[in-house]
Amino acid sequence: MSTKFRDLLALEPLTADELGFFLDQSKPFQEIQKHPLKKLATLRGKTVALAFFETSTRTRISFAAAASRLGADTMNLQAEASSLKKGETLLDTVFNLNAMKPDCLVMRHAASGATDYVARHLDIPVVNAGDGTHEHPSQGLLDALTIRDRLGTIKNLNVTILGDILHSRVARSNIHLLGKFGCKFTLCGPAMWVPRELEKIAPGTPIRCVYRIEDALEGADVIMMLRVQTERLNDPPLSADDYILLYQLNAERLRRASPNAIVLHPGPMNRGIEITPEVADGPQSCVLEQVTNGVAVRMAILYLLISGATETDTHPVLQAKSKESANASD
Amino acid sequence: MRIVEKSQLMSAPEIDRTLQRLAHEIVEKSGGTKDLALIGIVRRGVPLAQRIAQAMRGIDGVNVPVGVLDITLYRDDLSKVAPQAVLRSSDIPFGVDNMDLVLVDDVLYTGRTIRAAMNGIFDLGRPKRVSLCVLVDRGHREMPIEARYIGRKVQTSDTEIIEVRLQEIDKEERVVLVDRVE
Amino acid sequence: MLLIKNGRVIDPASKTDANLDVLLDGEKIKEVAPAGKIAAPHGMEVFDASGLIVAPGFIDLHVHLREPGQESSETIETGTRAAARGGFTAVCCMPNTKPVNDNASVTRFILDRAKAGGSVRVWPIGAASVGSKGEAIAEIAAMKEAGIVAVSDDGKPIATAKLARQVMDYCRSLDLPVIEHSEDVSLAAGAVMREGVTSTRLGLRGMPAAAESVCVARDVQLAELTGARLHVAHLSAKASLEQVRWAKSRGLRVCCEVTPHHFTLIDEDVQYDSKFKMNPPLAAREDREALLAGLADGTVDAIATDHAPHEPALKDVEFDRAPFGILGFETALALALEQLVQSGRLSLMRMVELFTAGPARVLGIERKIAAGQPGDLTIFSANHSWTYHVKESPSKSRNSPFDGRAFKGGPTATVVAGRVVHRSH
Repeated sequence: MSTKFRDLLALEPLTADELGFFLDQSKPFQEIQKHPLKKLATLRGKTVALAFFETSTRTRISFAAAASRLGADTMNLQAEASSLKKGETLLDTVFNLNAMKPDCLVMRHAASGATDYVARHLDIPVVNAGDGTHEHPSQGLLDALTIRDRLGTIKNLNVTILGDILHSRVARSNIHLLGKFGCKFTLCGPAMWVPRELEKIAPGTPIRCVYRIEDALEGADVIMMLRVQTERLNDPPLSADDYILLYQLNAERLRRASPNAIVLHPGPMNRGIEITPEVADGPQSCVLEQVTNGVAVRMAILYLLISGATETDTHPVLQAKSKESANASD
Repeated sequence: MRIVEKSQLMSAPEIDRTLQRLAHEIVEKSGGTKDLALIGIVRRGVPLAQRIAQAMRGIDGVNVPVGVLDITLYRDDLSKVAPQAVLRSSDIPFGVDNMDLVLVDDVLYTGRTIRAAMNGIFDLGRPKRVSLCVLVDRGHREMPIEARYIGRKVQTSDTEIIEVRLQEIDKEERVVLVDRVE
Repeated sequence: MLLIKNGRVIDPASKTDANLDVLLDGEKIKEVAPAGKIAAPHGMEVFDASGLIVAPGFIDLHVHLREPGQESSETIETGTRAAARGGFTAVCCMPNTKPVNDNASVTRFILDRAKAGGSVRVWPIGAASVGSKGEAIAEIAAMKEAGIVAVSDDGKPIATAKLARQVMDYCRSLDLPVIEHSEDVSLAAGAVMREGVTSTRLGLRGMPAAAESVCVARDVQLAELTGARLHVAHLSAKASLEQVRWAKSRGLRVCCEVTPHHFTLIDEDVQYDSKFKMNPPLAAREDREALLAGLADGTVDAIATDHAPHEPALKDVEFDRAPFGILGFETALALALEQLVQSGRLSLMRMVELFTAGPARVLGIERKIAAGQPGDLTIFSANHSWTYHVKESPSKSRNSPFDGRAFKGGPTATVVAGRVVHRSH
């Protein structure tokens, strides 16, 4: 089997084997996080362009750390400082960035599909760091890695996602990844945020929408929290008191889940809104591991896309095209 | 381009005898097994290191720790060898500070792999000494690197390739010289 | 004089389907007779239509020619050339130009431009409210005198039920149809496609089918209240069609049109490609099935293209930011043949009706092939193979989702006022 990853735009089109490959390739980078010296020279001389057209702190820093630990340089485009406000089109902005010859573009944009659109026009690898309410592939991968580390597997789990799922790219990436490994999903939140259409977005994956958190948590192996926008409590607006009353994850409710259940949150958390501090800091919470794994996953993504690595494992002699590689075992 | 097998350099019993000898040499020159550790370079250096460690157990009755090092991330030719860029896990279950490390690989050629391996080692700490053990040294060095422990030296031409085939990986056990014919 | 001989004349208004010769003299049809009966005098222009279908001139009830104001996307000259290539002999242009066609001088400007450089007849539609802002009624009577054939605030519905009621009352007295872009704007706010599994999967904001049908329900009720002639533009939802069907069963003067893209494509075809973005958006599979049934059973009165050119600079952006609308003229007939006739759903006669007698009825005019009628004819093939290449279009824009699509059958020649304005080679 051969898998050449040119871009990483979404997890939906990837097979279980390809997703597993990404996860496996993240392992060496998890180890490197434990080294006293975390800096590699692997991508020395390469440049990663970070174009965040939507404000982001942690994802941008995580990608920047990943690039830096691989020895790559970064170019940063901040939405605020960009010329978008001056009327330049997205494509023009990206072409300008590309003219500075980066080796990879990591992009976040508020419009779903914007990274697909840009990738169609660029010849360098494009990594989707979140497009609108569509997908957030690196978050999906780091969540899966965290689950696999904690539970030993990502197969056939009962996964419950809580919150505004309609507007969550994290939820979609998780459904498309874990669904390919036989996981079953229960989506729960206010009905406006959890439309029935979600049950059909990943044919072959069992997805059900429920509206009582008690039902949603029953027997869950993995509980994924989504951030509730306290400023406006999403669309439509909902009172924070109502949300807490109906959907806050607290210790008592958590007891309905499987005893080994783990709790994930993509951050930033609103303590006291969607999650109580007791749960957020409890032994079942994985939030800090997620952040650590985020760097490893993003190192793997950058490494694989920039090096052009494939899953092909051909005869070592046939790979010998140059003297440098004449003896793979040199 | 075709690949043609030219000759067999080592048989299975010859490989075994050579590894026994290398184990003795390492123990002897290191003055015992204190602080000694072997690090096999992925892929074929790994079974070789494990076999040498086993031979040492026969000599000293001591279990010499064996680590696994994947040097892919430390290569200097990333863009040229894309298919090989797939990562395998490194596993070095001991601290390397003040250790007497022996890197183990199957073939010593340009020396670039060993250069990469040393970069990898030094990211983990500061060993007391690093030496190199290879089953075959085929010449053509491009780096100031030599092995301290050598199974066999072989004269080769540029187009020739030495293939070490080990039971654990290749389901056969021998060393052959192959050539690329246009 | 122009003799079109040996064609298969299909004329829904007179239920004619026969091999006939049609003689045009000046701007009108002079004589229609069995094939071979009209002797061609020496020097007369003869068009051999053997193997082709000769139909009354096609009318497009819903087009955007972008002039005045957005000439970088289309002009009356380029738009009507594209219309002629699509077999249309008359097009009704919506008033959402810059400035809006809400007064007689804009109407006259459009008609003057059409007279000077138009390939086909241009029948302007006037705005229902001043600036289509939904506040005050536009000068509809003056525009009627200048030449409008209907009113509409297209691009959006007439803003309030109260104003819609007043416009309907007024237009009933002027005997003008009111064309409604039916959409509850609060339900559709921010949406870029139809709400459903596909929008949910893609993370694109969707508008529910009800955004259309809620407004159709309002307008049908008001049509009953006022007795006005209501025409529902680019109807896309099954529930809307049911409202129209109900209205017709009550004997109300309510009719509707469907676009080729809505009877061809569905929401699942949207893949972040802005060439699939239009309003109303591509609907669900079951909506399309309902539209096909409505086209067959007579609930739908007309096929209209909603030809909506946008220059590449506007359209080639991320999906969320792209304006709504696609080109329509040159693929309309071919899509109708493919989806309606070749699929066995409609007879050729019924399909031709949807392009001719149907839209004529909406406008309250006649359209048939008979002596004394205007010399407007659409001559087409029902089977020749060809491929649509948008880069060859006379339109200034390129926003078609059908670029590169292979068809069987399409327009061959377009005759307007006795003159061949387009002929394919």
